[in-house]
Formats: sequence, C-alpha cells, structure tokens
Amino acid sequence: MSEQLHAVQPEPDLVQLLTPEGLRVEHPDYPLEISDDEIASLYRDLVMVRRIDTEAIALQRQGELGLWASLLGQEGAQIGAGRALKKHDMAFPTYREHGVAWCRDVDPLTLMGLFRGTNLGGFDPREHNFNLYTIVIGAQTLHAAGYAMGVVRDGAVGTGDPERDTAVLAFFGDGASSQGDVNESFVFAGAGNLPVVFFCQNNQWAISEPVTTQSRVPLYKRAAGFGFPGVRIDGNDVLACLAVTRKALDDARNAQGPTLIEAFTYRMNPHTTNDDPRRYRLGSEAETWKLKDPIERVRAYLGRVAGFDPSFFDDVEAEAKQLAEHVRAGCRALPDPTPGSLFDHVHVTMTDDLVEQRQEFVDFVSEVSA
Amino acid sequence: MSAPAFASMTMAKALNEGLRKSMESDPKVVIMGEDVGKLGGVFRITDGLQKDFGEDRVIDTPLAESGIIGTAVGLAIRGYRPVCEIQFDGFVFPGFDQIVSQVAKFHNRSAGLMKMPITIRIPFGGGIGAVEHHSESPETYFAHTAGLKVVSCSNASDAYWMIQEAIADDDPVIFFEPKRLYHAAKAPIAETPTPLYQARVVRPGRHVTMVGYGPTVSTLLSAAEVASGDGIELEVVDLRSVSPLDMPTVVESVRRTGRLIVVHEAPHSFGVGAEIATRVMEQAFYSLEAPVLRVSGYDTPYPPSRLEHEWLPNLDRVLDTVDKIMEY
Repeated sequence: MSEQLHAVQPEPDLVQLLTPEGLRVEHPDYPLEISDDEIASLYRDLVMVRRIDTEAIALQRQGELGLWASLLGQEGAQIGAGRALKKHDMAFPTYREHGVAWCRDVDPLTLMGLFRGTNLGGFDPREHNFNLYTIVIGAQTLHAAGYAMGVVRDGAVGTGDPERDTAVLAFFGDGASSQGDVNESFVFAGAGNLPVVFFCQNNQWAISEPVTTQSRVPLYKRAAGFGFPGVRIDGNDVLACLAVTRKALDDARNAQGPTLIEAFTYRMNPHTTNDDPRRYRLGSEAETWKLKDPIERVRAYLGRVAGFDPSFFDDVEAEAKQLAEHVRAGCRALPDPTPGSLFDHVHVTMTDDLVEQRQEFVDFVSEVSA
Repeated sequence: MSAPAFASMTMAKALNEGLRKSMESDPKVVIMGEDVGKLGGVFRITDGLQKDFGEDRVIDTPLAESGIIGTAVGLAIRGYRPVCEIQFDGFVFPGFDQIVSQVAKFHNRSAGLMKMPITIRIPFGGGIGAVEHHSESPETYFAHTAGLKVVSCSNASDAYWMIQEAIADDDPVIFFEPKRLYHAAKAPIAETPTPLYQARVVRPGRHVTMVGYGPTVSTLLSAAEVASGDGIELEVVDLRSVSPLDMPTVVESVRRTGRLIVVHEAPHSFGVGAEIATRVMEQAFYSLEAPVLRVSGYDTPYPPSRLEHEWLPNLDRVLDTVDKIMEY
C-alpha cells in the first residue's frame, strides 16, 4: 500500500492555517479573516477545555467519576468545529466532545453526571442545541441526518436568511467510520442533499485498533463514493478546523448538501481512564504528536507574532483555575439519584406495572438503608 | 378528503384511513419507509398518501432499516412525529439497535425532558405462503425492552383507531399488524376508540379464558364457535396491547373460568404466554382449576411455507388444547 494512513506526517492536501510552530499560513480554498483577539478567545477556549479534562481525570482517579473519556490532543478540532456553529445550528456529539459542549455553553458538570453515575445524560438537547452524549458508536450520525431532514421540512435551508438557515454537525471518530449507521447516514445525507456536516476526528486509534484496521483509503476519500466532498484538515490546528467547518456549514445552510471533514489528530491519552495504551502503541508516537500540540501553536502565535502580553496568559490561567474549582466542587456535589427516579421517565406516562415496581423498589431501598 | 370513517372496510383500508386522519390532524406526522410513496407500500397500507400529503411527509427512504429508525430519532428531536414502516417482520433487525438503544431510552436519558413519539409499524405473522424472513413474530424482543410499548390490532375497527392512538402517544410504540388479515373480510368501524392499552373480551364464555392478539384472535373466535357446539363456552380476550399488559381484564376473566390458554404465533418459550402464565399464578393462583397452557409456534426457525399451517397455532391445535385443559 502506497498510502501511509497511520502517517504522522500529513498528506500534502491536508488543510493547515497555523503551523505547529505558530505561523499563519494561507490556503487558497479556505481564506480565514480572523482578528488576533478572536484567536485569543479560541486560545482561552482551548485552555479551559483542557483544564476540564485534566480535572475530570483527577476526579476519576479519586473515585469521584466512574470513567472519563479524555479529549487531550483533540482540543483544536473540537473548539474549531464548535466555534464554527451558529447558535441555532444543532450538534450531535459522541461521548468525547467536551470541547464542543463548552462551545455550546453546556456546563461541564452537566456532562459529568453520566460519568459519575448520577444520571444517564440528564439534559434537554434543545436547550443548547447539543444532543445527549451518544455511546453506541456512530448511532448519532443517523440522528443528525434525521434532524437535517426536519430542517429541510421546516424550510430552514437555502432561504438566504442567516437567522433561519440551519446546519447540523455530526461528530464521530475513525473507528465509527466502519459502522453501518455512519455509512447509512452518508447515504441519507448524500441522496437527500441534507444540510449536515460530518466531522470525523481521526485520532488514529479506536481503543487499540489503528485506523488501518478500519480503512484501506484515507477516511475523507470515502465521501466521494457517497457523492459529496471530503476534506482532510490538520485537526490540531484550531484555525483550519474553524475555517473548514465554517465553510462546510455555510454550504449546508445554503442547500449545497453535506461535507465530510476528516480532522487528522491524535488521542494523546488512553481511550478512557480504564484503558492501557502501553499494550498496543509506542510511547514515542505520542512524543512526536506533542510537537503538534493544538494549544502550544496558538500560544506561540499570540506571544511571538501577535505580541500578547504575559499577563494575558496569566489571566487565562487564573480563569482556568476558577473553572477547575467549579468542576471539583460541583462534581462532588452532584446529587445522587433517588431510587424512585429510576422509574419516573421510562415512559411519558408511567404504566401501572412500573408504579407497582417503583413502590417495591423504593420500599426495599428505604428498608435496607434504615 | 377522506373516505367515510365509519363504513365497513378491510384492515388495510382501515389502517390507511387511520394514517390519513393522523396526518390531517397533526402536520408534524411524517410517514417513512421503503416503497411507502408511489407504490403505497408493498401491502398498500400507505396507498395514495404521498399523492395527497406530498413527498416531504410520505418519505421513500433508502433501503436501510437502521437508517429509517435512526433518522426518525433525529426528526423527533426536531419536533416531528415519525411513523416508520418496516416492510416485513424479519427485516426489523437491522434497525433493532436504534430501536432498543436509542428510541426506547431517549426519554429516560434526557430525564424526561425529550419525548420520542415514534410509531414503528411492522406487518407480522405467518400464513401467507411467504419465503423466509417474511412470517415472523418478533414482538417479545420489543416487549422485553423498557421504554417501548407494543400493541397489535386484530380487526379493521381496532386498526383504524389504534394506529391513530399509537401515533398520538408521546411514547414510542411498536405497532404489529397481522399481515394475513390485511385484505381479509371487511368489517364495520366502531364510532369510538377503546383506550389503546386496554384488552377487550370479544366473546364471553364460562369454561376457558382464551387470550390472543393480532392474527390469533380470529382463530380463537372460530375455536369458540366450534367448542360451543360441544357445550364448552370459551371466553376470548383480545389482548390488543402486549406491553403494557392489561392484566386486570385477563385476571378477572380467569377468576370466573378457572382455566387459561394463551395463544401466539411467536415461539413457545420465553414469550407472552410465559409472562401471562406467571402473572396469573401470582394474581389468581387459587382460582386456577388447571395449569395455564400455551398454543404457539415451536422453538424452531419459522418453517418453510409448506409446513406453516401445521406449525402455526391453528384451529385444530387450539381445540386439542381446549380438550386437554378441560380434562383437569
């Protein structure tokens, strides 16, 4: 095979707007007009979500969370994609999109209930136009396609009204690209010209399986077979992720149909806090990717090129510390579910059988805890 | 626009009229499935609906059952009320994951903040001489899943009303249609519906309670006719809802008759019959004059069609079991 899928060196057609060294570069197809203050705002996002991640891992180690799926290394992909969304757009995450959740103003504590075991999701997707985390791999891409079918039926695409035209952003990973659901969602989106953008974070590893286990061709090239464009971008470059996702979402809103974006990135941490990557990959791989860190390059740009003062970075750090305290204290304070609540929302209207079972369980728990 | 609602009609026509009523009363109702548009579905249940409501509301989907259910979830999140048609019982399994892991759990996972008002219509059951995967009775898989409701109509009037009630329900409903009765006799449509999750005594009797649903109810009514000639009065209960079960209606009947036979086409073990038998033991043990018996399909794959008549819980097998239960 001539194509090295697992290459650390990207392909020549990989879109990049900010080099790992922090230099702005241009791409003819994706011009990005962005002020240094806006880049500074992205920097803040990146630092905040990395801090949430760091705190969550610590909380898991302390026994406060049952599990955590770390986003370390993927902050650029998630913040770039998340900030490309308009408020009225809809996002469908996997279980690792803590950065996108941040962009949708979802409190990190809202996500932690799932990992602490105090709820099974527990929020209204419509409140932030951000769906519940979806753990079954790839299932959410069909929900995104269906939501986009609804957008079309609502006449909210291609009207030229920026407040009305709506796009849908579906997240998934390199492992999910093998799922039937993901391929079916490509079929529905392609044949139906749906306003949905598929954002694949190729972080090179599906737990222990390298992307070569999933595909013979680079993932973005799959789009061609479904009849829509595919593009591979530097997933550690927040500016490329922003520019390319913005363009794809604009195309979707303008009734130009779907796009597949493959954000070429790397999962720096284990798959989850339960995983041990020493069994399947070399530590040197992560060392190489460290040089491409999504935050360091923005910091380098802001400090060296844009001339931001050290006090700016100190302020962001101080804010991150505050956020960390909020996460630590808030996580421990998340209320345990009451025994009866388990039964409350199985159906919209509780069945007689469940009324009976609920009573039995509530009585039992109160007896044993008395 | 619609045909007179209370005329006599086939079950297929009654379902068609019921779907039409639902679409008229709620603009968020959309029908989606394979061949449901121009063709009107392989059984013609959606006949003429795309012509009258347009391609945006009666959607011919790609041939992908997981895709049908998964996109219905997305439509529901967007505020729609999808009605999915699965072409045949045996083809629901590619969509099983989306039904069990997404449709059934969504309301619960959102702490009750999101509803998932999806109706999944599945023509089911055998007796039409079909090739494999076209005659199955998979209702128990769904009844075993928290968050789903499972119902089945046995006659045209129920078909007309139950499909509308299922669509109006804010919970997901798996709606099983006995395909061999689609184009059987015409029947009058009742003027008012029975609540969706309520069983109905369709023929009173004092010797044995016969519980069935969907395609088996007509077999039970024939059995009652024959048994009556021998002086045995069968009480026939049409369950209508498999989940939740209307046990008060069943138990009330068993308390009077002391005998219970449950009949379904689905395989013998771990099925609706087993569940009802257990509950009757729990709730009416001292009323029982005989063990609860089941007449069902066997624990085999659905047979090649040349064997299906003998394999199905047909009139003879039901009457044999009545004889058996009367011997206790």
